[in-house]
Formats: sequence, C-alpha cells, structure tokens
Amino acid sequence: MQELSLNVMDIAQNSISAGATLVEISVKEDSATGEMAIVIRDNGRGMTAEQAASVTDPFYTTRTTRKVGLGVPLFKMEAEMTGGSFRIDSKPGTGTTVTAKFVTSHVDMIPLGDIDATIRLLIACNPNLDFVYCRRKNERGFTLDTRELRNALGGEVPLDSPEVQVWIEEYLAEQTQMIKEETSV
Amino acid sequence: MKSLEELQAIRDKARRGVSLRGQNDNAVRVLVGMATCGIAAGARPVLNAIVEEVAKRNLQNVIVTQTGCIGICQFEPVVEVVSPQGEKVTYVKMTPEKALRVVNDHLVNGNVVTEYTIGANSN
Repeated sequence: MQELSLNVMDIAQNSISAGATLVEISVKEDSATGEMAIVIRDNGRGMTAEQAASVTDPFYTTRTTRKVGLGVPLFKMEAEMTGGSFRIDSKPGTGTTVTAKFVTSHVDMIPLGDIDATIRLLIACNPNLDFVYCRRKNERGFTLDTRELRNALGGEVPLDSPEVQVWIEEYLAEQTQMIKEETSV
Repeated sequence: MKSLEELQAIRDKARRGVSLRGQNDNAVRVLVGMATCGIAAGARPVLNAIVEEVAKRNLQNVIVTQTGCIGICQFEPVVEVVSPQGEKVTYVKMTPEKALRVVNDHLVNGNVVTEYTIGANSN
C-alpha cells in the first residue's frame, strides 16, 4: 500500500463485512514519543481467539473467491517494519479492535496519506452506518461523529446526499489544516 | 468554520422540498471493488472521482457503494454498474479519468463505454 490511509479503508471494510453498525477510527500522533497510533474499532460480530490469531496469516481468509487474505498481514507488516507494534482484540458478539503503532521517524514509515478521503468515502458509501473519526496530533485534535451529523440533519437528509458530502469534505479539510498549522509553529 | 447549524440549514432546505434525494428502487447501482486488491490497485481515487462527479451533476438515481473482492483481482480497479433491471456491466482497470467517462457516458447518457468493459480487456 502506498498510504496507511488505504490500509485504514481496507481494515474498515472488514468491520463493515462483519456487520458493524459503528466503526470508530482514530489516528493519533505524538511528536514527543515519535509514535503514531491507528486504531479501528467496530461493534461487528467479532472473532473467536482462534480466528483473531489466524487473520494475520496471509493464507487465512473467510473469503471464498481465493485463498489468500492480505489486508491484515500487510497492515501488521507495515507497523512492525517501523519498529512499531500490532494487535487485534476481538470477542464474538462484541466486536473487534485493531491497533497499529508506528515509529514515525523510521525509514520504512509509510506516509499516512489522504486519510480524509478514506473517511469521506467510508461515510459516502455506507450512509446507514455510523463512523467516529478521531484525529489528534500532539495537543490539537478533532472528532467527526456521524451520529451528531445525523442528529443535526434530523434523520431527514441522508449522509450521502451531495450537500452533506460537501460539508463533510470541507469540515475535514478545515480541521486537518488547523492541526497542521499548530504543528508548524 | 463549519458548524452543525449548517447541517440543520440543509435539513430545513430539504424540508421545504428544494432538494432531496428520494430513496427509490429505480436507482442505478455503482459498485466499486474496495477489497485489499482493489485498494492496492488504486480503487480509492476511482471511487472518489465517481462520488464527486455524481454529486456535482446531482444525479438523483445513482447509488455509489463499495463492494468486496469479486475474484478478478488482476482486473482491479473494477467498477460494476447495475441497472434497476439487474443488468450488470463490469468495467476493469479503471482510473479516475475513465471513471468520469463512465459517469458521463453510461450513467448520464445511457451509453455503455464498451472499450473499458471486461469483455474488451480480457485478452
């Protein structure tokens, strides 16, 4: 993958396939520790301990179209090759949490990339699911919670309507810019 | 600053019936393969281009959605267009530029872009 944000999209897709109604994505960077943590948590059907242990094996997949499943192993490899860590916590009936930690200064660190596009598209293509996106860099951060948007829209306008999409795009761009400005000071 | 009040304004506008995308069964469905294979091959910019163009043209009868791996990974990024009658056209090796043409020619004008279909690319 060229960007970690593409992995986020990929892993979130697993949550959607697992029947999640709420997917929480958080990206937190801390310059002091030189660490970036990406967490994807869902309330989907979850996995048994045995399944959770096997998903990092490229030759394990629940898919029937072919015999390999590369999404989780790739994400794990990308974290570990920076000297970071990777873990999956899952419980049947409760959901799954994927946590990947990266050492941002490492030469093998893959850029986060256009995470806003990932979030925007996940919402646009799954207007009936809820997403919480939490972005933090050092002291600054913001949260986008589709449940709040839904509430403001009074359940009358779908999240994938063009006007709402534009609002989400501009909101993410504005908030992301504010985090960057803080960092460059 | 973007605020939730702006969303309430969108809602109020919809209430007045100025613009509201109705849920309907006559919609054309556009499915973009977003499994690991699709994403790695560049499906996100393709999906983005489609979502933006559909929004820009305010196409009412189009639902854009993600789908998983359909098993033809060598042809990713793959976009399927499914008519309300269930007829399916599979476009392969897509790019954002090709996707725009599919929106304009196929979704707007009803002309399948034959040269991008799997039939024209499977040799």
